[in-house]
Amino acid sequence: MGNPMKIRTKLDGDVVLVRVLMSHVMETGLRKTPEGELIPAYFIQTVNVTYKDRTVLSAQWGPAISRNPYMSFKFRGAARGEKVKISWVDSKGDSRTDEATIE
Amino acid sequence: MRRPRREFLKLVSLILAAELVPAGSALAEEWNKPAFAAKKLDDLYKALGANAPQQSDQVVLIGPEIAENGAVVPLELESKLPNTEMLAILIEKNPNPLAAVFTLPAGTLADIQTRVKMAETCNVYLLAKAGGKFYYAAKEIKVTLGGCGG
Repeated sequence: MGNPMKIRTKLDGDVVLVRVLMSHVMETGLRKTPEGELIPAYFIQTVNVTYKDRTVLSAQWGPAISRNPYMSFKFRGAARGEKVKISWVDSKGDSRTDEATIE
Repeated sequence: MRRPRREFLKLVSLILAAELVPAGSALAEEWNKPAFAAKKLDDLYKALGANAPQQSDQVVLIGPEIAENGAVVPLELESKLPNTEMLAILIEKNPNPLAAVFTLPAGTLADIQTRVKMAETCNVYLLAKAGGKFYYAAKEIKVTLGGCGG
C-alpha cells in the first residue's frame, strides 16, 4: 500500500496545477547491498489521474524516476471543490490511490 | 437460439466500444515493457512507434546544466505543438534510456515536471507526439555523481 501521497492543487481560472509526491523506493535493480548482492528492481510502473471519472493524465514509468517520485501537471476544465484522484501500480502489483479536493 | 447470439453481439459491441473510447476512459494504460527494456535509442523509437522524430524548437526540455546528484535531476517538459498527446523522457546513457511516458488527453497541458535518475553525463531527449508525428528536443546534462550505482 505504501504511505499516502501528498497532493497539492492550485486553481488558476479553469486550469489546475496538480503537484504530487509519492512514497516509493523506486529500486533500479542495479544497486548492490554491502554484501554484493543485487537488490531486485521494484518501482512504480503506471500512474493514472482522473477528474470526475475522466482520465486527465496517464503515465508509464521506468526505474529511472527518482525515489519518492515527484510530478506536476496541469489540466483545463477543473472547478473548485471537485476531486482529483491519483492511482499508481508498481512492479509487484501493489497499488495505492489517493484523492485531493481542488482548492 | 436467437438470444445467445444477441447477447454475444451485445458483448462484442461493448468490447468494441471499450476499444474505441479515447484516452478519456478511466482504464489505466498497459506498461510498455519492450520500450522500457530497450537499450538503444533506435530500438526504443521503434517500441514507441516513433518513426524518425524531428528536432523541433516547439518542444522544450528544461533541466540543470550540471546535476550534482544524478539520483535526483529535476526536469520540466513542455511542448508548444498543438494537440500534443504524448511526452517521453529518454536518457541516452542510462542502462535503459526510457524513463517515462506521459499520455495527455485533450484538456491536459503539455507542461509536466518530474525528477529522474541519471547514470552519467549525457544527452537527455524529450520526445513529443503531436498530430500523429514525433518531435524531440535534446539537452546535455552533466552529472557529477551518478544516480544508478550503489
